[in-house]
Amino acid sequence: MSEAKHERLGLERQQLQGMLQTMLTARKIDERMWLLNRAGKIPFVISCQGHEAAQVGAVTALRPDEDYLLPYYRDMGMVLHFGMTVKDLMMAGFARAEDPNSGGRQMPGHFGSKKHRIVTGSSPVTTQVPHAVGFAMAGKIKKENFVCLTSFGEGSSNQGDFHEAANFAGVHRLPVIFFCENNHYAISVPVDRQIACERVSDRASSYGMHGETIDGNDPLAVYEAVKNAADRGRDGAGPSLIETMSYRLTPHSSDDDDRSYRSRDEVDDARKKDGIVTFTEYLKTRELLTDTEEKDMHDAIQQTIDEATEAAEEAAYAEAETTLDHVYHS
Amino acid sequence: MVSPAVNTKKMTMIEGVRNAMDEMLKENEDVIILGEDIGVNGGVFRATEGLHEKYGEDRIIDTPISESGIIGNSIGLAANGFRPIAEIQFLGFIYPGFNQLMTHATRLRQRSLGRFTVPVVVRAPYGAGVKAPEIHSDSVESLFTHMPGIKVVVPSNAYDAKGLLIASIDDPDPVMFLEPLRCYRSNRTEVPDGKYTIDIGRASVLKQGDDISVFTWGAMVMDTMKAIETLEEEQNMSCEVIDLRTLYPLDKETISASVQKTGRAAIIHEAPATGGVSNDVISLINDTSFLYLRAPIQRVTGFDTPVPVYSLEQEYLPSAAKIQAAIVNAVNF
Repeated sequence: MSEAKHERLGLERQQLQGMLQTMLTARKIDERMWLLNRAGKIPFVISCQGHEAAQVGAVTALRPDEDYLLPYYRDMGMVLHFGMTVKDLMMAGFARAEDPNSGGRQMPGHFGSKKHRIVTGSSPVTTQVPHAVGFAMAGKIKKENFVCLTSFGEGSSNQGDFHEAANFAGVHRLPVIFFCENNHYAISVPVDRQIACERVSDRASSYGMHGETIDGNDPLAVYEAVKNAADRGRDGAGPSLIETMSYRLTPHSSDDDDRSYRSRDEVDDARKKDGIVTFTEYLKTRELLTDTEEKDMHDAIQQTIDEATEAAEEAAYAEAETTLDHVYHS
Repeated sequence: MVSPAVNTKKMTMIEGVRNAMDEMLKENEDVIILGEDIGVNGGVFRATEGLHEKYGEDRIIDTPISESGIIGNSIGLAANGFRPIAEIQFLGFIYPGFNQLMTHATRLRQRSLGRFTVPVVVRAPYGAGVKAPEIHSDSVESLFTHMPGIKVVVPSNAYDAKGLLIASIDDPDPVMFLEPLRCYRSNRTEVPDGKYTIDIGRASVLKQGDDISVFTWGAMVMDTMKAIETLEEEQNMSCEVIDLRTLYPLDKETISASVQKTGRAAIIHEAPATGGVSNDVISLINDTSFLYLRAPIQRVTGFDTPVPVYSLEQEYLPSAAKIQAAIVNAVNF
C-alpha cells in the first residue's frame, strides 16, 4: 500500500483527531443554533455546514500565534482553531454582553478577536479582503513573517473589493492567502450565473499570483494547498488564491428556504460527500480513530455545547448605556 | 498661538498640508501615505512633492486606481499599528471607497469594544470654483458628518491646515480631512516651523462683531470675509465671522456663545442646502440659544443640484451679493 496522504503531509494521529474534533464542534454548534433559532431563542443563524473540512484543513496549515485570520461569516471551523471557544460563539448567537466578538452588537458569524488574531469583519461581503492586504503590508514593512488568510465565498469574488485587494497584493507581493470557499451558490444564484470563467482560481493569474482549485471536502488536500501558500508567502513569493469546492448543506441562513432553488436530490447527494463523513471514514479505515474515541469525542463536544448554551441563555444583554461606548476614543 | 521664539514662514495651504505630513513622517515611522500619483509624481496638487524622495517607496506608496483598495488597505494598516494617510485624488472619486468608510473605518472601534481601532486620515481635495470638470467640484462633507465614528475637518488656510492635519494624524479615530481646492494657492499665512496642533472640534473666530454671527468653512471663508468687508463699510454693521474648521464634532461652545452675543446667525456653505451641515448648526443654535435670537437664521448655500461645470459654477456658488443680502435680511428683520 502506498504512503497515506496524511503521512506524506507529516500529520500525526493526535493532529488528525484534533482536526476532526474542530470540524465536528463547528457542525454541532451550528446544529444547536438552528434548534435555538427554530425555538425562538436566537434571532439568526448563518451556517458553516458543509464547509468545515475546507476551513479546518486551511487553518491547520497556519500558525495561530503568529498569522492573521480575516474570515467571513461561515468560518466557525477557522475561528475555533484560532482560539475562540464554544461559549464565546454561543454568547454571540444569543447577542449577550459577554460575546467577545462585539458584546452582542453584531450578528452571529461576525467574528473578531484581537487576542486571537481574528480581525473583526462586517456584513457587506468581501469588505474584509482589502484589510488582509493592509495587515500583510504592515507585516512586510515591519519585516515580520506572518501570513494573512482571508476567506470569502465564490459570490464575493465578483465584488470590486476582491479584485482591488488581489491586485494590490499581487503588485506588492504580499503574503495574503485569498481563500475562496466555493459552495456553488450565492444564496440562490448558481455559479454559472456568477462567473464567466470556469473556476474562481482562474482569476489568480490576472493578479500575478498562484491559483488552484481543490476538493473542499478533503481537509488534507486543503491543508496541503494552504501550507504551500503560506510557505510561499513567508518566503516572499507573494499571495495565492486557493479555491475549495464544497457544498452548503443548509439554506443560506435561518431566513432562507433553499427548496425554491435547489433540488433535494442535489442536497442529498452532497451529504454523501460531506467532509465530516468522509474524513471520519478515512481515519477509521486507517485505524487513526476507534469507535470508542469517536463516541467519546461526540459526547464531549455535546456536553461542552450544552454547558455553553445554558451559560449563554442565562447571560445578560449589554447595558443600554453601553450603546454609546467606543464610538470614538474617550 | 505662535510663540515669538519659533520661526515662521509664509505658506500656501498646499504647502501647509505638505509641511504637516513631512513633520509627522519625520517624527513617527508608523506614518505612511497611500494614494494615486502621490509618489514620484508628488501628487496631482503637489501635496506630497519631495516626500517620496525623502522617505522612500515603503512609506510613500503609489497605489493602483482603486479607491476602495486604498481605504480598505489603510484600514488594515491602521488596525495593525500604522498611521496611514490615504489621499483620494478628488473627493468626488471617493464613492467606491465609501463602503469601506461606512462599514469599517467608522465602526471597527465600536463593534470590537475598543480592541481594534482605525487611526487613519483620509485626505481629499473638494469644492467648486476652479473650473474643474464634472464630479471634481462636489462638496459632500455632510455624507461624512452623518457617519458616527469619524471626525470631519476642513481647513481654509495654511496655518490651520498644518495644525489640524497634525492633530488628525495623531488622533486615535478616523478623520476625513477635506481640503478646499480653491484655498490651495489663493492665500498665504504665517506657518511656524516644527510640530504644533490645533484641536479638532474647535472653531476659529476670524473676526469679532456684534450684530450677527456668520458661520462658514472651506473656500467660503474667503468669500464671506470679502463680502462682509464691503457690507460693514457700506451699512455700518458689525459681523462676527467664524470658520468652523471642524464639521464633526461641531464647536458647541463657540457657536452658542457667539449667537448669544449677537442674537443673529447666518450660515454660508457651498454644498446643497438639503442635508447640508447648516442644518446641524441650526439645530445646535435651536437647542442652545433659541431665546437669544432676534431674527430667523439665514442660510446661503449651493442649490439642490449637481454642481454645474465651469460655465455655470459661479451661478451655483454663494456669491458676495447673496451673502450680503442674507446678512442684511437678518439684521433688518
